[in-house]
Amino acid sequence: MTASGTPAATGPASVPHLDVDPFDMNFFADPYPTHQRLREAGPVVYLDKWNVYGVARYAEVHAVLNDPATFCSSRGVGLSDFKKETPWRPPSLILEADPPAHTRTRAVLSKVLSPTVMKQVRDRFAAAAEERVDALLDKRSFDAITDLAEAYPLSIFPDALGLKAEGREHLIPYASVVFNAFGPPNELRQQAIARSAPHQAYVAEQCQRDNLAPGGFGACIHAQADEGAITATEAPLLVRSLLSAGLDTTVNGIGAAVYCLARFPEQWQRLRDDPTLARNAFEEAVRFESPVQTFFRTTTREVELSGATIGEGEKVLMFLAAANRDPRRWDQPDSYDITRRTSGHVGFGSGIHMCVGQLVARLEGEVMLTALARRIAKIEITGEPKRRFNNTLRGLDSLPVTITPA
Amino acid sequence: MPAITFIHPDGKSDCVETSVGESAMQAATRHGLDGILAECGGNAMCATCHVYVDESWLARLPAMADDEDALLDGTASERRPTSRLSCQIKITPELDGLVVKLPERQV
Ligand code: HEM
Ligand code: FES
Repeated sequence: MTASGTPAATGPASVPHLDVDPFDMNFFADPYPTHQRLREAGPVVYLDKWNVYGVARYAEVHAVLNDPATFCSSRGVGLSDFKKETPWRPPSLILEADPPAHTRTRAVLSKVLSPTVMKQVRDRFAAAAEERVDALLDKRSFDAITDLAEAYPLSIFPDALGLKAEGREHLIPYASVVFNAFGPPNELRQQAIARSAPHQAYVAEQCQRDNLAPGGFGACIHAQADEGAITATEAPLLVRSLLSAGLDTTVNGIGAAVYCLARFPEQWQRLRDDPTLARNAFEEAVRFESPVQTFFRTTTREVELSGATIGEGEKVLMFLAAANRDPRRWDQPDSYDITRRTSGHVGFGSGIHMCVGQLVARLEGEVMLTALARRIAKIEITGEPKRRFNNTLRGLDSLPVTITPA
Repeated sequence: MPAITFIHPDGKSDCVETSVGESAMQAATRHGLDGILAECGGNAMCATCHVYVDESWLARLPAMADDEDALLDGTASERRPTSRLSCQIKITPELDGLVVKLPERQV
């Protein structure tokens, strides 16, 4: 695991080589020591296991995210290079696109998920969070993943999109395939894709205009086709982006926040004392746990990055989670502090591809944590938390808890 | 080092030293100013770095892009003709002495 690279002029030889596999089960179980090793090895490293460059320090992750002309997304934001391999599904028109194509589709989703739209859905999202807490208070002991982190987004997001009631059980499994597929051809990815056909069929069907209720995010995307902003064939694929990225991410985000607040009772107490900290408590959980751990870019030309020369057509793996705990950028990076100034974290990315659903995620997180803090005195972990393994997403499979009413 | 004055809703003000090239939002957060949240880190995606620019300075600021204009429609405190996103105000020597008011709320 030590750096074996001898300095040379250019290419992989000029950077430290690490034999780390950041998509291995042992790594997922405890990524933090390896994140540190990656950061300390150098500003740019090379991972021999998958033949990719890696960046784990905040400065370089931020730099790569903010230079989309050099570090492109259209060749895939997973390990697979779309120039050399056929993508497992038709590429995303936003996530896996570069300007100018990206600029157009991005404008559409930005409009559909704008701050103005958030004001319209806020009361509904908040009421559903209260109802969720009612149900949890009846139970007292429950699984904070299934009964809270999954149940809450499932109670609002599919409706906000305008999805039919039938078939929603495909949503989380579909997202799980999508995020596993960004990884290397390991067992997680291969099995996910092998079992994806029914989920893909469901999603393709739901993206069609006739299947989306009027007034929902999905219908609003299709309406943009009438305006001429996108074509009628592009609309379903943009709806697919929300189905892929809009649910499992917030499940893991809310799960992360609840896991943090249950583990750090003094932070829970601060939130109880001042529930207006809820929004920042959620944001800090996104920094601290980084539900989306990594994304790749592909170089469009030879480029020098912090002294390392990277050739054209190379994959660069960005460790968002490691950047979010880089001591060069953050004070006490390994502590969860709900009053931290979180602005600048890269848990939602940065630059032109920065999460277009970030306002939805924050709204869900804020209203859910507010409802919990107002009505629950104590959250105790009563059993061993179980981790859920995914090539990109970090989160739990189960978190048994018991709550005490306020 | 151009300086900007941020006036809080309660009338108190903070004069902040800035560096050319950074944004007014960055200067504010670097000084730990409450009242600018900047949840998106300056990517013009969140509208939580809203400010009201002093009338006398308004015309001297760079024109607003479409995305800023659209985001300002969704600010938590009311949009006024003087509303701008502070992350989109790049500091230049000409902006020395800029005065902006902070809104009641950012979310
Ligand atoms: C805590 C929850 C979430 C996290 C941590 C998260 C994280 C991210 C990250 C890191 C990116 C950047 C991808 C890149 O740079 O290649 C991204 C992009 C994206 N996210 Fe999210 N996300 C979350 C919630 C959501 C929600 C709720 C939606 C939809 C309603 C959404 C839709 C998208 C889309 C469509 C993109 C692609 C944007 C582009 O390429 O311009 N995300 N997200
Ligand atoms: S910091 Fe988000 S819009 Fe200015």
